[in-house]
Amino acid sequence: MFGRTKTNWVAMIFLSIGSLCILFPIYMAIMVSLKNPQELAQSVLGFPTQIHWGNFQQAMAVTHYFHTFLNSLFITFFAVVLTVLTHSMVAYAIARNMQKRFFRYLYNYFFAAMFVPFPILMLPLVRQMSHLGLADRVGLIILYIIYGISQNVFLYVGYLKSVPLELEEAALVDGANRWRIFWSVVFPLMAPMNATVAILTGLWAWNDFLLPLVMLSNPNQYTLPLVQYAFQSQYSTNYSLAFASYLLALLPMVIVYIFCQKWIVNNVTKGAIK
Amino acid sequence: MKSLRNSFAFILMTVPMALLFFYFHTWPALHGIFLSFTDWNGFGPYHFIGLQNYMDLLHDKQIRHAYVFTFEFAIVTTILVNIVSLLIALALNAKIKLSRTFRAVFFLPYVLSTLIVSFIFNYLFSNLIPNIAQALHLPALAQNILGTQWAWVGIVIVSVWQGASFNTLLYLAGLQTIPEDVYEASNIDGASAWVTFWRITFPLIMPFFTINMVLAAKSYLQVFDQVVGMTNGGPGTATQSNTFVIYTNGFGGGELAYQSANAVVFLIILVCVALIQVRLTRGREVQF
Repeated sequence: MFGRTKTNWVAMIFLSIGSLCILFPIYMAIMVSLKNPQELAQSVLGFPTQIHWGNFQQAMAVTHYFHTFLNSLFITFFAVVLTVLTHSMVAYAIARNMQKRFFRYLYNYFFAAMFVPFPILMLPLVRQMSHLGLADRVGLIILYIIYGISQNVFLYVGYLKSVPLELEEAALVDGANRWRIFWSVVFPLMAPMNATVAILTGLWAWNDFLLPLVMLSNPNQYTLPLVQYAFQSQYSTNYSLAFASYLLALLPMVIVYIFCQKWIVNNVTKGAIK
Repeated sequence: MKSLRNSFAFILMTVPMALLFFYFHTWPALHGIFLSFTDWNGFGPYHFIGLQNYMDLLHDKQIRHAYVFTFEFAIVTTILVNIVSLLIALALNAKIKLSRTFRAVFFLPYVLSTLIVSFIFNYLFSNLIPNIAQALHLPALAQNILGTQWAWVGIVIVSVWQGASFNTLLYLAGLQTIPEDVYEASNIDGASAWVTFWRITFPLIMPFFTINMVLAAKSYLQVFDQVVGMTNGGPGTATQSNTFVIYTNGFGGGELAYQSANAVVFLIILVCVALIQVRLTRGREVQF
């Protein structure tokens, strides 16, 4: 539809308008967050005559920003690390035993679970987790690891089909056992897919709202998105304070994105086209 | 002996995880299905009431409305997201300047929290647009649409704004698998851009279209964050999605068993939708 020989100005204009649509709400959020209520009442989109960094300080104090940030980081970090370590191992065992009925069934079991919507397990799950004393950050990490299996095993098994068997067989002949083979031969070979799984899991755990909402009963353990929800009433009509807090919550991921944009996009694409 | 130790290692690698998966995923799901045949409200004793919850669902106006809203929203959003992201992907794949910058901008929403993005759009609809409309004397836009019958449009807009990024990524990956000479051949044959797209480009990226439709439909049928951030289900119950109803009434309204029945119906519908989608789009995929 768009020509391919010389620079396509129709595409350029379309993309410029699209970029403005993407950037406009972010621009608005920054402008709102830097004003005091009087100035905001006069103009939402104009530059502030005086920049009110105090909104950010106040937002940090209200939401216990560093504490909340560490909660999110703790949950995301362990969810990502444990997901990559365990799912790659499960997928390896499945991929190398597809001819055996048990492993084939297991693969289909994980795959079928992808179609089960979360609402059906949500209500009993919360009771189950509080009975176990796991209605907290640790329980949340466990659930991210468990609920990611379907998608990640699918991705890993697809990737392992292209990993040659020769290296493993050579190691086997040398007398290495399966565990050694996995950790020292196969796991490093899966590095590209490990990166994809880590990014997908990280984005999910970091930005998720529904699971922390139903699982975390102690406000001390709230994550960054959840704390924005919990503090809606405290912001009341002080939009500048609310927006400073929103931006602070979005900031860590935006910084990661700015520095690792190409890496993130490439790896997500790789996962998507498997 | 060695092969025995081998298979033992493979068993150890999978069985603990499979058991955990059963315990934290399948068990609560089965428990939910079991509860749907009872009258349990979360406390005390309960009785089996057979299909009573399912019969009640048929006459429940709130739930019927939630299904209608969820489906209308999911259909409109899935279609819009796919059109918008296909257009962006086609433009990004054309010969353009600043292509890296454009890509960085269009994928940015993918890494942002849906809930917080919805809060930001909430302000945009409830304050900014009415203010501008008043200044420009446009009475039609001078009120907050999130408080009117058009609230769902706001939720669609925020979902497209954010959701288009991931689908664009997929379509772009699909477009890049098409070799340049396919286009050249089409050019030599004198086909117009329109014909080239429908006869060549689109059939070749059909697998990506299938994935995008299935994934988008699945996530938008379970819409929750956007509803909470934009309208909290309002005005009244106008924008309550089914997930929102199950969450709100199941936890807060003492309807644990009843909403479990609702969730079972939801499960069956989602599986049917996925099967129909795959059936409809499979067989129309073309290889080169």
